[in-house]
Amino acid sequence: MAGSVLEIKDLHVSIEDKEILKGVNLTIKSGEFHAVMGPNGTGKSTLASAIMGHPKYEVTGGSITLDGEDVLEMEVDERARAGLFLAMQYPSEISGVTNSDFLRSSINARREEGDEIPLMKFIKEMDEAMDFLEMDKNMAQRYLNEGFSGGEKKRNEILQLMMMKAEIGILDEIDSGLDIDALKIVAKGINKLRDENFGCLIITHYQRLLNYIEPDFVHVMMQGRVVKSGGSELSQRLEAEGYDWIKKELNIEDETINA
Amino acid sequence: MTVETKQQYNDEYISRFSSSRNEPEWMKELRQQALSQSESLDMPKPDKTGIKNWDFDTYVHEVEGEKISSLGSLPASVAALIDADNAPNLYIQRNNSAAYLALNEKWSEQGVIFTDIFTALQQHGDLVKRFYMKDAVSIDEDRLTALHAALMNGGVFVYVPKNVVVDEPLQTIFWQEDDKVASFNHILIVAEANSAVTYVENSISHNADQATFANVVTEVVAADNANVSYGAVDNYAAGTTVYAKRRGVAYRDARIDWAIGQMNDGNTISEHITHLIGDNSGSEAKSVVVGRGKQIQNFTTNIVHFGKNSVGSILSHGVMKDQASSVFNGIGKIEHGASKSDATQETRVLMLSQGARGDANPILLIDEDDVVAGHAASVGRVDPLQLYYLMSRGITKHEAERLIIHGFLAPVVNQLPIETVKNQLTQVIEGKVN
Repeated sequence: MAGSVLEIKDLHVSIEDKEILKGVNLTIKSGEFHAVMGPNGTGKSTLASAIMGHPKYEVTGGSITLDGEDVLEMEVDERARAGLFLAMQYPSEISGVTNSDFLRSSINARREEGDEIPLMKFIKEMDEAMDFLEMDKNMAQRYLNEGFSGGEKKRNEILQLMMMKAEIGILDEIDSGLDIDALKIVAKGINKLRDENFGCLIITHYQRLLNYIEPDFVHVMMQGRVVKSGGSELSQRLEAEGYDWIKKELNIEDETINA
Repeated sequence: MTVETKQQYNDEYISRFSSSRNEPEWMKELRQQALSQSESLDMPKPDKTGIKNWDFDTYVHEVEGEKISSLGSLPASVAALIDADNAPNLYIQRNNSAAYLALNEKWSEQGVIFTDIFTALQQHGDLVKRFYMKDAVSIDEDRLTALHAALMNGGVFVYVPKNVVVDEPLQTIFWQEDDKVASFNHILIVAEANSAVTYVENSISHNADQATFANVVTEVVAADNANVSYGAVDNYAAGTTVYAKRRGVAYRDARIDWAIGQMNDGNTISEHITHLIGDNSGSEAKSVVVGRGKQIQNFTTNIVHFGKNSVGSILSHGVMKDQASSVFNGIGKIEHGASKSDATQETRVLMLSQGARGDANPILLIDEDDVVAGHAASVGRVDPLQLYYLMSRGITKHEAERLIIHGFLAPVVNQLPIETVKNQLTQVIEGKVN
């Protein structure tokens, strides 16, 4: 499946009749790591949620396609089966469903009926991925995200990403609330996925994460649009100088979507 | 009125029935007295559920059932409950007859009694008399309870002597093979001081249309430092109107833990009360319910704290679909003097259909200052964000709902100690919610 392309064109998104995204353009190809940065309240997480089909967000204009297929016409589960994966900022807790049962159902959802992953193979892959992410093994039998610490939830999202073999991964503030050691482990998991068959959209508030995952492209969002794009040197300049120089350059006073 | 009304079960009938079962004289008298009391007692009044039009009168009181010579001969619905290769302690009641009984010699040698209620009355009459409708359920609580005492027609007696720890589950199956037969089953479990026992029960019938009545009383007595773990799956078919009373009494340092799957398809009143009499006694009362069709159900779970330092927790989870409606009353009561007690409860109802109704009433009644108490209650639909999360991993909406529902009912499923019973409950849930 080499060569997936996620193409976002002039995307407009509202929540409760308030427009948040006001024409986002972005193309992510397999093998590329893109970082979307920007101050709070500029629409970064809305972009992630809209791509996946969060029930609260309404797309009012523009298009999203994956390899030419209309993503906006797909139900949430169809988007996932088509190859999209969103590591969420606030994953739901689901009581009574073990992490491992959930993972196996998720993996099998992308496979044909009759071609389910053999149990032993699944257990082996899960054990390996959990070791790699330095996760406590008993987390496999705990209920999905229930009582997990913030860091455990984030690691669990990456565990799913690693095991589900998505074509395009979207990471929504995967670094928020992580201490430096946890951040390194999460970054290690994401870097392991880097190959020509995997494209990634990393949404972050802080440059810090990008010290461990080097992006090929960096985009800055303000006022619900991508206002500036560049290579990894852009994130380094943001780290050093903040966002003010971009605002000055583009003549933006209030960078939030309220502007 | 059909001929199958309670009028036909008069004093003379009861006396004849008691004699035919060779019951001790005290039991016959208890039955006769209960019948006469039933005439003046009121019907039960379940909170917020009108039962005036419910049919408590149509049933046949006595239907024999054939002996079961081998477990291999059972129909699939019953066989599925049993691990035929490993069922050392199993009692099957078929209609009103004791059809199969096995008890590991290891336990009988230590004085453990596990037998049908009629054999118990004949062979251990004095022991049964000490506990039967004494400390847990009283005959005169309401008309249906008195009728139960008058017409008791099946059940089981479990007795665990002092210091005996039974570390294999005792399994009972109440199989109502005949569609008209009434279940006036009486389950009496007595665990003497420092003993322990795990008991698991299934009630099953197939009378989808034929009306009948189940009026079941369960009494559990846990003496000082005894430990009783009780699991049950009630699975009476739509034709059966159910009145189920479960009552536990825990003395000093004793525990009674309940895990009950309420899977009846007919109208049901279930009253479940545990008295924490002794200091440091404790109880966990977990139950799960699936309601469907036009079923009306009323569930009361109550833990009453008398002993100091007693700890009680109630968990009730219900799933309602179609036009089913249910009232869930969770009551934690701490009596004066039960200081340092802890009463918590959680009642949650998940609605799957527009026409379904659920009513969760958490109630704390506290007459003591130095206690800990808490409750949580909710009635709602499947959380759209949980659905979104599961679907975002490629799981279909239908499968995501299924996972959430099974997860919601897992607290009881996971607690049942017999794998076959656990699997069967999962199957029943699957069949009901789909």
